[in-house]
Amino acid sequence: MSEESFEPKIVAFCCHYCAYTAADLAGSMRLQYPPNVRIIRLPCTGKVDVLHLLRAFEDGADGVYVAGCMEGDCHFINGNFRAKKRVHYAKKLLDEIGFGGDRLEMFNMSAAMGPRFAEVAKEMVERIKKLGPSPIKKAKAQKGGDES
Amino acid sequence: MIVGERKPMEEIEAMIDPFEKIIVLGCRECVTVCSAGGEKEVGILSAALRLSREQKGRTIEIKEFALERQCDHEYIEQIRSMVPNYQAVLSMACGAGVQFVAEFYPEIPVLPAINTNFIGVTEEQGYWTERCQACGNCVLHLTGGICPVSRCSKSLLNGPCGGSSDGKCEVNKEIVCGWQLIIERLKSLGQLERYEEYIPIKDWSTSRDGGPRKVVREDLRL
Repeated sequence: MSEESFEPKIVAFCCHYCAYTAADLAGSMRLQYPPNVRIIRLPCTGKVDVLHLLRAFEDGADGVYVAGCMEGDCHFINGNFRAKKRVHYAKKLLDEIGFGGDRLEMFNMSAAMGPRFAEVAKEMVERIKKLGPSPIKKAKAQKGGDES
Repeated sequence: MIVGERKPMEEIEAMIDPFEKIIVLGCRECVTVCSAGGEKEVGILSAALRLSREQKGRTIEIKEFALERQCDHEYIEQIRSMVPNYQAVLSMACGAGVQFVAEFYPEIPVLPAINTNFIGVTEEQGYWTERCQACGNCVLHLTGGICPVSRCSKSLLNGPCGGSSDGKCEVNKEIVCGWQLIIERLKSLGQLERYEEYIPIKDWSTSRDGGPRKVVREDLRL
């Protein structure tokens, strides 16, 4: 896979009360954003667990992000703060194993921020394009190349 | 409960480096409560180990499993049929669990994935502190329910040392002086006269000084 043709697979865990609705709004506003982002709707980002984030990478995601409400605006009071801490823990773990914590990020936005949703999607796709395919895919490609 | 925390990934990865098929074995007792080695932590550690391996172009097959306890025969027996198919067991139990599993399966390496820290309590979610050193001779009835052995850095039995200032220990300003706590507690109980009573030199033979310990209850033995 050449760097230029690399289209990352990105999983976005989005809160129903903000980012998911913002994605809806982005659609209604006919805003363009990269199709690389796969959205998973959560009742609150407080539902997200370190295990979900790691499993997404295991199942082939090149990048993962969690998008929750603005700080202080969580529908469940502090779910987004909990998510922030878990994302931080998972980033540290990914750094520890040399996978790269940069592939994981937490964003905050309100339901009215359709343009911000599109911007975040673009930002994340650009970041992952720069980082290249997930180290697992790189290793597999190299192995395939060595064997052939 | 027994409180522990996961070892650094680097150390765990080095331990399991020679193996390609392992069991990551959790324990549903203390280490589940302190989020160090329960079923969920087994999942997280296994996912991290697979990611780490696969990015190096190597594979690893992990059987994720958690026992009710790793310190009792009947539960350890549950993995007997599994063990011959794997090269190592990475136990996420406390040191007792790791050793007991190893005793049952001498043919396979049993490795520790967590460091066992202390017997303690959950002060709040995600925050655990030490309360007991298992000295084998409890003095809590004399000290207002606060343990001088585990709460005082020097395990003094008769009052604070000169290193106690503003209620803090000289070892670290974050450590509350155990004896300050005891005196305050005795005051609030109206038992300050107990502080005047001399506690004689403790017989540490019931603690680690007497070597490995055991408890035998003949009435319970089969």
